[in-house]
Amino acid sequence: MTAADFLSIDLPAILVAVLSATSCGLLGNFLVLRRQALIGDAISHVALPGIVAGFLIAGTIATLPLMLGAMVAAVIAAGLIEIIRRAGRLESGAAMGVVFTTMFAIGIVLLEQTGASNAHIDAEHALYGNLESTLWLGVTGWDDALTWEALSQLPRQLITLAGVTAAIAIMIVAFYKELKVSTFDAGLAASLGLPVRTISTVLIVVVALAAVAAFEAVGSILVIAMFICPAATARMLTDSLSRQLWLSVLVAVIAGVGGYVLAAFGPQFWGDTDSLSAAGMIAVVAGLLQTAAMIAAPRYGILSRAIRRRTRQLDLPA
Amino acid sequence: MPGELFSILTFQGGYNTSVVLAGVIALGIGGGVIGVFSFLRKRALISDAISHATLPGIAIAFLIGIALGGTGRNLALLMAGAATTGALGVLCVQWIRDYTRLPEDAAIGTVLSVFFGLGIVLLSHIQTLQAAGQAGLNSFLLGSTAALTAGEAQLIGGASLVAILIALLLLKEFGAVAFDEGFAAAQGWRVTRIDLAMIGLLLAIVAIGLKTVGLVLIIALVIIPPASARFWTERLGRLVALSGTFGGLAGWLGGSLSALLPDMPAGAVIVLAAAAIFTISLLFAPRRGVIAWGIRRLRMRVRAASVRGLLAMADGYLPPDGLSYRVVRWRGYIDGDARITESGRTAASEMRRQDRLWQTYRTRHPEAALSFNPLTGTRIEDVLPADIVATLEAPSR
Repeated sequence: MTAADFLSIDLPAILVAVLSATSCGLLGNFLVLRRQALIGDAISHVALPGIVAGFLIAGTIATLPLMLGAMVAAVIAAGLIEIIRRAGRLESGAAMGVVFTTMFAIGIVLLEQTGASNAHIDAEHALYGNLESTLWLGVTGWDDALTWEALSQLPRQLITLAGVTAAIAIMIVAFYKELKVSTFDAGLAASLGLPVRTISTVLIVVVALAAVAAFEAVGSILVIAMFICPAATARMLTDSLSRQLWLSVLVAVIAGVGGYVLAAFGPQFWGDTDSLSAAGMIAVVAGLLQTAAMIAAPRYGILSRAIRRRTRQLDLPA
Repeated sequence: MPGELFSILTFQGGYNTSVVLAGVIALGIGGGVIGVFSFLRKRALISDAISHATLPGIAIAFLIGIALGGTGRNLALLMAGAATTGALGVLCVQWIRDYTRLPEDAAIGTVLSVFFGLGIVLLSHIQTLQAAGQAGLNSFLLGSTAALTAGEAQLIGGASLVAILIALLLLKEFGAVAFDEGFAAAQGWRVTRIDLAMIGLLLAIVAIGLKTVGLVLIIALVIIPPASARFWTERLGRLVALSGTFGGLAGWLGGSLSALLPDMPAGAVIVLAAAAIFTISLLFAPRRGVIAWGIRRLRMRVRAASVRGLLAMADGYLPPDGLSYRVVRWRGYIDGDARITESGRTAASEMRRQDRLWQTYRTRHPEAALSFNPLTGTRIEDVLPADIVATLEAPSR
């Protein structure tokens, strides 16, 4: 593998994977703690009709209309779920299931009926993403990698994702206290005068933003995995929110890099020349990390709990 | 085209189309019937974990099929693979929920994304094999009725019927556990086993329906019909019957439409048919529907406004706000010059008497009075026995 290959093929893909994983992983902490983990699932499904509608209205596959479309769809879906839950007195899981399957179905029908499927939007692409096609063209080696000309050709998704990740990190730092209080104790937050409902609406919108930015590159399934696995892994390891946030970023980065490397180069170990789906492999690596944490976490892991239970039994007075 | 649609709907669209349509209807009924129980258990989204967890099983079954020398496209084998990893997925959800500090929604999300990720990795491996029939695997994502052979449709229909039959045989057990787990356990039912049977049936219907509806949307088949049926009834038997009917209806309409328009993914069309039934139920159901609820609320506000207006008139004032003024004017208690009419005077003094009686009742029987809302203008003679009203009329001791 030459430096040019690495820089133009592997590096952008790894960076896109890591940035998607980080932005979704950071927000996932709040979703998991608020018991809204499946909102990420719902939103990444309803993004499809939004993206198709954005394409149909704007007529191009430029990033902005597609992202706007997806965010509008996410907000509509969140509103519909709330309306059906209240007006229909349905449990939130069922309300969510009704809304996101229906909107996804609408997205598919729109896609097939309007010929949008010929324009690089198709349902399978939306599910799997296309990490392998983020290419950094015009770079030939380490020497010219930092020239203005090469940098200006960085893949569009990479720049979008970098911006979104930075925005999310800034938002979390700026509103850390508000997010923390409203997540752990909504009642206390309300009594302190915090706008609890606005905070949760904004959170949904930002989740939609992160989902859509990551969606194009890595597909909806990896988005769902990244909303949940890093946060759940970190939650197994610590009780402190700030530590949990840092740990989730670490897990996201390890999963992103590790998954990509395994998918791209793993098959070569057993003599296969083809590579595997990187998005899928990243989700698998994240799942393995979470499994390891669930089993072996120092305090809350299954093993240490079993050991504690046993020693406590032995300590009983005779 | 309407004529063609009609002939498909009435099973005159050719042998193959008719068999496929019958299979899809049976599947819809099965999804509706079996979905009721996880819906009542408030675990509707467990099916989301199951359906996504089937993907690696499908891929593994395909690889096994090839290794055995076949094409890997044997539907029964693929269904078995799907059910195996689907079951594994459910077990993982239960394990995470029961043995770690993570809640069930995080467990469902973990399982669905990680299993699906594994499935995608395996599919990307299969794509490199250049094996025959691998293109057919994509139909498991979004579903297709066009690719179904008559034999496969018979398998789907038959398996659905068996699942429905088992669900109906276990109706009493399922009902007891779904409505009151503690009660069922106290009655000596084996709750864990019944739960397992319930999930087993859910798993079966997901595996059966994958090829037709696709794994992304199959959960709609077990969530939307029960959620729609819930608007119409409170009784378990009727709920199951209605949910099954709605599911079958969605299968019938959606299956016919997608036979007519082969480009349309069957799953999406079936789900949209189910969603239409849901919307109708949400809006128009007689008691729990949104419109009925809105009318009830409106009526309540008008009655409360009339009470407000009349009480103010009894004290010699005009109704205090716009709504109560309009209501009282509309009923002819005030004339166009804002003067109280003869009938208005009678109504106001009667309302004053009612209000006094209610107040006395509230002071003397505060707890019993909690069951009534006097603001809606209920006449006390209509809800309390005459002798009690007589004691309220009498001056206090």
